[in-house]
Amino acid sequence: MIVVEDLHKSFGEEEILKGISTVFEKGKTNLIIGQSGSGKTVFLKCLLGLFQAEKGKIIYENKAIQEMDDDEKKDLRQQMGMVFQGGALFDSMTVQENVMFPLRMFSKKKKEEMLHRVNEVLTRVNLVNANEKYPSEISGGMQKRVAIARAIVNNPRYLFCDEPNSGLDPKTAILIDNLIQEITQEYNITTVINTHDMNSVMEIGEKIIFLQKGNLAWEGDHTQIFKTNNKDVTDFVYSSDLFKKIRDIQNLEN
Amino acid sequence: MKYLADIGSYFIMLRQVFSRPTKTSVLRELILKEIDELVIDSLGIVIFISFFVGGVVAIQTALNIDNPLIPDYLVGFATRQSIVLEFAPTFMSIIMAGKMGSFITSSIGSMRVTEQIDALEVMGINPLNYLVFPKIIALLLYPFVIAISMFLGILGGWVAGVYGGFSTSDAFIQGLQEDFIPFHIIYAFIKTFVFAFILATVPSWQGFYMKGGALEVGKASTNSFVWTSVLIILSNYIITTLLLS
Repeated sequence: MIVVEDLHKSFGEEEILKGISTVFEKGKTNLIIGQSGSGKTVFLKCLLGLFQAEKGKIIYENKAIQEMDDDEKKDLRQQMGMVFQGGALFDSMTVQENVMFPLRMFSKKKKEEMLHRVNEVLTRVNLVNANEKYPSEISGGMQKRVAIARAIVNNPRYLFCDEPNSGLDPKTAILIDNLIQEITQEYNITTVINTHDMNSVMEIGEKIIFLQKGNLAWEGDHTQIFKTNNKDVTDFVYSSDLFKKIRDIQNLEN
Repeated sequence: MKYLADIGSYFIMLRQVFSRPTKTSVLRELILKEIDELVIDSLGIVIFISFFVGGVVAIQTALNIDNPLIPDYLVGFATRQSIVLEFAPTFMSIIMAGKMGSFITSSIGSMRVTEQIDALEVMGINPLNYLVFPKIIALLLYPFVIAISMFLGILGGWVAGVYGGFSTSDAFIQGLQEDFIPFHIIYAFIKTFVFAFILATVPSWQGFYMKGGALEVGKASTNSFVWTSVLIILSNYIITTLLLS
C-alpha cells in the first residue's frame, strides 16, 4: 500500500502538484488519469523518488520516502518495478539479458536459476522464442511485454507503469492492460498506472484518481467514473467522439 | 554564470561516479566491453593516422632543410621529437575526442532520451558509476594506444624518409638516438593519462546531462568534441609548463 499525504511539488515559481492526498491499495490496479500537463508524470516521478517533493509525504507501508536514508531508498527501489512509456529496454542487450538484468544486479542466484526465472516471466507475459532478439528487432507490443517481464522478474511489491499502452494498436493495448491487471492480482502487488487511455480506465480501473492542474479533482473506480457529475471528469471522459456517441445512445435508450 | 554551473555539474558528476559502486561481477564485464569498444576499436584509425602522419613529418622536415650545415640525422631527430612529444599524445587525443568522445556522448545521450538512465535509477543502480566508471578504468589502457601511435609514427617516418630518398636508414636511426631524454617519454605518458581521464569523463558528462531528443544528442556530441579538445589543449599547456619549463 502507498499512502500520499498533501504532496506539493514546484519547478521554479510554477507549482505542479498542489497538495495531493490519496491511497494506492495493494492487489489493485490504481490509475492516474488527467489531461496533458495536469501533473501525472511529475506525480509518478515523485512516487518513484526521482523527484523530491517540497512538502507532504509518500509512505510505503509504514515509512515515508522522505525519511528514508540512502540504503533504505536503495532497498525500496529494489522492490519497485517500472514500465516506461517507451519500454526503456537496454539497446545493447538481448531480450533475455534485459529481463535478467535486475537479477544479475541484486540477486545471488546462480546463472541457471536466473535463466529459469527469466524464462518463467517471459512465458508469463506470453513471449516465447524471443530470448536472443534485440529490442530493435521486436515490435512495440513485444517491447512492452519485455518491459513488464523485466519489471516483475525480481518479485517487486510495487509496479509503476507510465502510459503502458501508448503507441499500441487497440487490441494489443487491451492485452497489455489485462496482463498488468492479472499480474497485479497474481503477485498481490500495488500497481500504479499513469494513463490517459479511456479503454484502460474501462478495463482495469479498480481505483482511479483524476488530476486537474495539479489538484486531485476526483477519485473513484471505473463504474463510478461514467456516472459522476464532476464536470472536469465528464469533459475528459467524453472528449472522444466514440464516447460521446455511446453516451448519446445510452441517453436515447433511457 | 552558465559556465560556472557547468563546471559545478562536472565535479558533482565525478563525485557520484566514484560512489555507490556497481556489483563487481557486472562491473568486470562492463570494463571488458568498454576496453573492446573504446580501446581495441580505436586501434585501426590510430595505426593508419600515425603511420602516415609520421611519414609526412619526415618528408616535410627533409624538404625544409636545404642547408648543408644541418646534419642528415635531423630528419629522424625531428620526427622523433614531433611524434613523441606532441603528435602521439596530444593530437591523437584530439582525434580520439572526435572518435571516442562522440561515441560516448551519443550512446549515453541516447540512453537519456529513451529513459534507459531513468530505468537504472528506478532500479536503485547508480547510473554514473554503472556508465562512466568502467570507461575510466578501460581508458587506463589508453597509454598503450599512444605507445603504438609513437612506434608507428616513427616507423612511418623511417619508411617515408628512407624509401622516399630523403634520408639514409643509418642517419635516420642516428637522429632517433640523438640527444634522447628519457624524461620526455615519462612526460608524454603523464599527459596521456590526464587526456585519458578527460576523454572518459567529459563526453560522459555531456551525454548524461543532455536534455531533449535526437537533435540534442547530435548537439551534445558536437559540444563534447569542443569541450574535450579545449580541455586537452589547456591541460597540455599546463602540464608542459609544469614539467618541461
